[in-house]
Amino acid sequence: MEPILEIRDLNTSFLTSSGEVQAVRGVSFKVEKGQTIGIVGESGSGKSVTSLSILKLLGSTGRIKSGSIRLHGEELIGKTRKEMRQIRGRRIAMIFQDPMTSLNPLIPVGEQVGEMIWAHDKSISKEERRARVLELFEMVRIPEPVKRLKSFPHEFSGGMRQRVMIAMALACKPELLIADEPTTALDASIQDQILKLMQQLQHEIDMSILFITHDLGVVAELCTHVLVMYGGLIMEEAGIDDIFERPMHPYTMGLLDSIPGLHQDKSQLLKPIPGSPPDMIHPPKGCPFAPRCSYACRVCLEELPPYRQVSERHRSMCWMLAPDAPSEGNPFKGIGSKGAVI
Amino acid sequence: MNKDVPVLRVQDLTKHFPAGRGKVVHAVDNVSFQIPRGKTFGLVGESGCGKSTCARTIIRIYEPTGGKVYLGHDDISILSQKELLPHRQRMQMIFQDPYASLNARMTVHDIIAEPLRAHGVFASRQEESERVNDMLAQVGLNREHASRYAHEFSGGQRQRVGIARALIIHPELVICDEPISALDVSIQAQIVNMLRKFQQEQALTYLFIAHDLSMVRYVSDEVGVMYLGQLVETCAADEIYATPLHPYTQGLLAAIPIPDPKVAREKRAAGLEGDLPSPIDPPSGCRFHTRCPHATERCKAEVPSLKDVGAGHCVACHLIND
Ligand SMILES: Nc1ncnc2c1ncn2[C@@H]1O[C@H](COP(=O)(O)OP(=O)(O)OP(=O)(O)O)[C@@H](O)[C@H]1O
Ligand SMILES: Nc1ncnc2c1ncn2[C@@H]1O[C@H](COP(=O)(O)OP(=O)(O)OP(=O)(O)O)[C@@H](O)[C@H]1O
Ligand SMILES: [Mg+2]
Ligand SMILES: [Mg+2]
Repeated sequence: MEPILEIRDLNTSFLTSSGEVQAVRGVSFKVEKGQTIGIVGESGSGKSVTSLSILKLLGSTGRIKSGSIRLHGEELIGKTRKEMRQIRGRRIAMIFQDPMTSLNPLIPVGEQVGEMIWAHDKSISKEERRARVLELFEMVRIPEPVKRLKSFPHEFSGGMRQRVMIAMALACKPELLIADEPTTALDASIQDQILKLMQQLQHEIDMSILFITHDLGVVAELCTHVLVMYGGLIMEEAGIDDIFERPMHPYTMGLLDSIPGLHQDKSQLLKPIPGSPPDMIHPPKGCPFAPRCSYACRVCLEELPPYRQVSERHRSMCWMLAPDAPSEGNPFKGIGSKGAVI
Repeated sequence: MNKDVPVLRVQDLTKHFPAGRGKVVHAVDNVSFQIPRGKTFGLVGESGCGKSTCARTIIRIYEPTGGKVYLGHDDISILSQKELLPHRQRMQMIFQDPYASLNARMTVHDIIAEPLRAHGVFASRQEESERVNDMLAQVGLNREHASRYAHEFSGGQRQRVGIARALIIHPELVICDEPISALDVSIQAQIVNMLRKFQQEQALTYLFIAHDLSMVRYVSDEVGVMYLGQLVETCAADEIYATPLHPYTQGLLAAIPIPDPKVAREKRAAGLEGDLPSPIDPPSGCRFHTRCPHATERCKAEVPSLKDVGAGHCVACHLIND
């Protein structure tokens, strides 16, 4: 089946006074119908820039240097602003971490959602629009929707504002929803309500989701597949069970080890990943994780490893998976060498 | 000092803020707990339930509306700010936002040395420098960092500076208000390990405020769950997951994403419905009754008190206390 979205070798940079920030350095992945793909990784790893590249919301300093982004096979690179506006909202919608920055504080929320509908379908009457907004408010379970149409953003709690954003995002029944840390600023209880809502709505309108988060718990609850990013690259991609049970990259293993589980032995120290992420103006020429990796050899610092296919839709970029990798102290001994280079 | 006297004992602590038109915000109401020397008390609850206000009232950034705060034998809640001064160095605070809590115009050296200067601990510049450099080494930074400014550091490094500043005058009690919430998971573990190391070496006592319940369970000996300004459950940290008793605690636990897809698929128990009610006119009786799936008429009318139901596990719920 044709994927909804297919990204190939995406490179995105920002030009700053201190130099070129190479935020995304060769990212490839696919989103298929009904999938919820999580993107995880530390701050600065390129999660947001990847998703902003899809919608071409990179500001004046950002530039897609190369690569291909196809929506149902149709190339988005090279589309004009006007063409992109037609795609944003109607076919791909996005919600952000802070709904306050994306809502206009001076306009009642009902009107803002209505405008979104109007922008994509000018033939619709005022009454129809109001009915549609109400329907959306009910869909995202905003209590007393009729009363709430005239409320201003500041009269809503953070969780309710995020519901408005979701209503807006769903206004045109997009095929793909990109959610960039939509619940990070919210409480666990409200986050839980929003995640459940997204799961229900996904089934109702049959859309795919690209979900950016740094919370591995959220990924476990919501996603079908995971991309683990670091230093502007996808280090590992796998199905949800494989990522947690059979991680095939030392960075993924490090992330999983650094969170205390429910049964973490309290007498043991946690296992943090030492050091900090690389500077993306001067990204390392080898594996970006090598300076923090306890398995790193000389080749890791020198050369970027190729992806190896470990099983179906499970690939990883690590020299320890190469057939000639040392077997002593190799976390993937016996597994990796079977994987073909892709 | 007597080993049996807790380092911190909070009794019926109350803090109200004026909310205009004669109304008040019930930020903290009748909160009581204690922390023995060398132990950690974890405080959890939804945003706005009063965790930070509780911490700030203990440390007297806010004046308490009522109740007592004992630091060892001393009732510090009755002291004037001036009388409090000699006790100030016994308690220090580490804040959530390492960005906002460090002065941008001060060098890292000056930031860390500030408590020493405020309390006149060292006479000479040299002694001060030695102590600061020693502290930098202990938090995993080095001498070269001393002359730099906080904005030149990453979040994790800034939090290390915050820890160095808090610990340089050897406090007995350290209040950590979400010290790791703003950090990446890999860096969180670095900071938590560091806090634990200091606790073991110096028998530090921590009040640890956080959102992440699995982290709170890991760092704490005892946990207190707050709802709308009140403690609704306190128990040994392991029991908070094993046998949560209060319906609020159960709802909170159900809402927390578990980083294990198998468990997550099976869970999907009911989380918490609705938002936190306003602390200006908190609900009558049990404040949780408006969101509680088990609430009865009695819960609406009568305030439950925090009662020990065995082995130090305390809960404020009519359904359990009977
Ligand atoms: N407008 C910009 N100008 C310059 N550099 C930028 C800009 N936006 C992002 N970057 C840089 O690009 C890199 C990737 O940033 P990105 O925002 O994608 O990270 P992220 O993975 O989303 O992190 P976080 O978890 O903190 O949101 C970082 O080094 C960041 O500093
Ligand atoms: N200085 C103040 N004046 C008035 N009201 C305040 C003040 N500080 C806090 N409050 C109110 O007191 C209540 C408790 O707030 P507090 O900051 O203690 O919550 P919290 O549990 O720390 O929340 P969070 O998890 O978001 O940090 C809230 O309703 C808040 O709006
Ligand atoms: Mg981001
Ligand atoms: Mg707080």
